[in-house]
Parts: sequence; structure tokens; C-alpha cells
Amino acid sequence: MSVTKKKILLITPSHIMARGIAGILEEHGGFAIETVLTDLSRENEATVRDSMADIVIVDPVIFDYASRPLGRSRISDLTDAAVVAAPTVLPDDEAMKNYDETISIYDSPAAVISKLRNSLAHSSGSPRTDNREELSAREKEILVCVARGMLNKEIADRFHISIYTVITHRKNITRKTGIKTVAGLTVYALLNNLIDPATME
Amino acid sequence: MRKNMKMADLVGADYRLLTVIYRLGIKLGFGEKTVEETCRESGVNCDTFLLIANVYATEGYVPTTEMMTAASAIDLVRYLHASHSYYLDHEIQDLSRIFEDLLSPCTPMQRDVIMRFFDGYREEVENHFAYEEDIVFPYVRSVAGGQRVEGYSMETFEENHNNIDEKLNDLRNIVMKYLPPVCDTVTAIRALSRLCTLEADLEKHTLIENSILIPMVNRLEGKCQ
Repeated sequence: MSVTKKKILLITPSHIMARGIAGILEEHGGFAIETVLTDLSRENEATVRDSMADIVIVDPVIFDYASRPLGRSRISDLTDAAVVAAPTVLPDDEAMKNYDETISIYDSPAAVISKLRNSLAHSSGSPRTDNREELSAREKEILVCVARGMLNKEIADRFHISIYTVITHRKNITRKTGIKTVAGLTVYALLNNLIDPATME
Repeated sequence: MRKNMKMADLVGADYRLLTVIYRLGIKLGFGEKTVEETCRESGVNCDTFLLIANVYATEGYVPTTEMMTAASAIDLVRYLHASHSYYLDHEIQDLSRIFEDLLSPCTPMQRDVIMRFFDGYREEVENHFAYEEDIVFPYVRSVAGGQRVEGYSMETFEENHNNIDEKLNDLRNIVMKYLPPVCDTVTAIRALSRLCTLEADLEKHTLIENSILIPMVNRLEGKCQ
């Protein structure tokens, strides 16, 4: 880990959480809280977008129940930072899977620090921070599935990843190739020998 | 942009207007005549021509109420119809020939894959145009004649007027980025410049439908009742 402190943006409506996390981070060093927000209003979205945070720690309680499973991707739309959940109420396991790490309010200070470090490691291998312009091996696999007409849900099940990760991969594939339509991606896959033409149709 | 400008000056300043005047039925050879004179001789409503020319010349152009009232919905529909024929019979035909040429050194698999995509695009465009030709334009003609048709309105058209630019955009990226290296570069450039021209012109075409045809017919619908 580099000498410069990793910047953290905290989104929680709870003062106890905000002060508690700040206290733990002060003791251990390596991390510094840059900004604390109490919700993700439109105004605060801009703050997240403009922030240089390395990690966003969020209490998923700020998302209403219906939109909670989408919470992680709402933050990922704004920033490439790792996203760690710090739920104050009993978390929904499915939704927690989308986060790079989950901090429990019962974790020891050492466990919190180690989870934050992990989140950075996970996140650097994830599609969000992949700045190389060539398609990654995983993106190629997913592109082939798209070209074969598979739905996002089917792709998620095959690779044991969340549907949001599939969507992120697809966004990145389109951003890199400039190709938006499924038919166009099929042309790409065939021209680049990602698919054996004999297996199509 | 004024009616007493020389037509040659107007077209000379923006060559995209060449295909516009063609689609309106105005022939070249207008010499020193003004925009108004040229339009009158070709039987074209001069205000309609200026509306269309303004969409080409000005980014984000919003016509004034006077402009909209002065122009003719019938002429506009005639222009849009001529545009459809121009795209299908000239631009897409030509592109199809250029692609045949471009892909001739490729393997049959590569040729098939790209031509099938091209044909898919052509089919999408044909369907999009056919809906407008069969449903929308007859409706506009009857509303312009003061007759409201039951069961259809410009609002329905507005809601269903989808974009058909995605596949064209994909095609441009495929030719630019992923064409097999055996293809001839000069032919590829020819294909690309035609694709770009078509893409830009279709964008103006959609703009004319959305920002002129729809508000114009909305106004006429009000008059019918």
C-alpha cells in the first residue's frame, strides 16, 4: 500500500456510524475520510461524481427498499471507486453481493481496515477500473454470449456474477468497440474469430 | 438566409443543400436567379425550402410560428417522401455496391457476416420508412386538407418515432475498426465517407420530422376540430 492515504467518501445518515468509522480510521492510518454525505440526493450525486475518493462506504439504508439492489450500480455510475457497504439494519444478502466488501457494525477495528484494503484489491480487478482499451478475457466471453442471443440473466447465472456486473461489462464492451447492437456485436465476434461460424444458427 | 439571396450563393456556402434541392425537384442551372425565383419556377413553396435549409444550416434550429404557418405541410411531406426514395434508391443502393466491392477479397464467411448485417440495416430502414409512407404521410395530407382521420394523431407518431441510427453507427465502426486487412483502403474510405454522409443526412431528416413536421401538423389538427 502506498504512503499516501486512501481517500474515503462516506454516505450514511447515522452520526454514530460516521464518527465510529472516522475513529477507527484515525487510529489505524492509511485511510482518510474526505467527505461525509447523509444521502444520495441529486446534489450529492454531483459531489460523488467529482470526488477523487478511492473507496465509497455507503449504508444501503439510504436507498429505499425497492431500489436497494440497484444501489451499488447507482454509485458505480458516478465513480470508479471501490464501493463498500456498511449496513446499519439487517442486510439483504443478495444485494450485499454487489458490493466489493461489507462491513458489519460488530466488526473489530482491524477487520474493518482489512476489509477496506480488500475492497481496493477486488475493485482493481473488476471491470469498473479496467482502463485498458482491448477487451478483457471476461468481456470477450460475455460478448460471445451476447452474440449468441443470451439474456443478461442467463449470462449472470452462467458466470456466477450479478446482473449488474453483466450490465457493466456490456457497457464497457460497447464503449471500447463502439458497437451498440446485438447484431453488430455478432459481426465483431465472427470477424475476430471469437465464435466458430459453423455453430451459429 | 433570405428569399432574395442568389440560390447559387446559398448552395455554394453549404453543399449539403445540393441533395435538398434535388429532393425538392429543383434542377441545377439556376444561374443568377434568387432563391424565391428558383423555387417559384420549380413549383416549390419557398418558405418550405427555407425551413429545410435552416435545419441544415443552423444547429438546434427552432422555426418561428410565422415560418411554420407560411410553409406547406403538403410540400414538406412531398420532400420527406422524396428523401425516403433518395436514401433507398440512391444512397443505400450505392453503399450496397461499394460493400460488394470492398468485401470481394474477403473469405465467404466474412463477406456473408458483414453483408447480412448490412441487409439487416437496410430492412430496418425500409420498415421505418414504410410506416411513415403508409400511415403518417396519408394522415398529414388529409389533415392538411382540413379532414381529421379517426384513430390516429401526430401524438401517436411522436411516441412511436424511434431512432434508426444505431446499426448505421455500428456499421461505420465495423468498417473503420474491424475490417479484414485484405480489404482495399481506398474502397474502405469511399464506404466510410458515404456512411458518414448518410448518417449526418438521416439525422437532419429525423430533425425535420420531429421539429417541423410534428409541430406543424399539431397546429393543423387544432384547426380541423
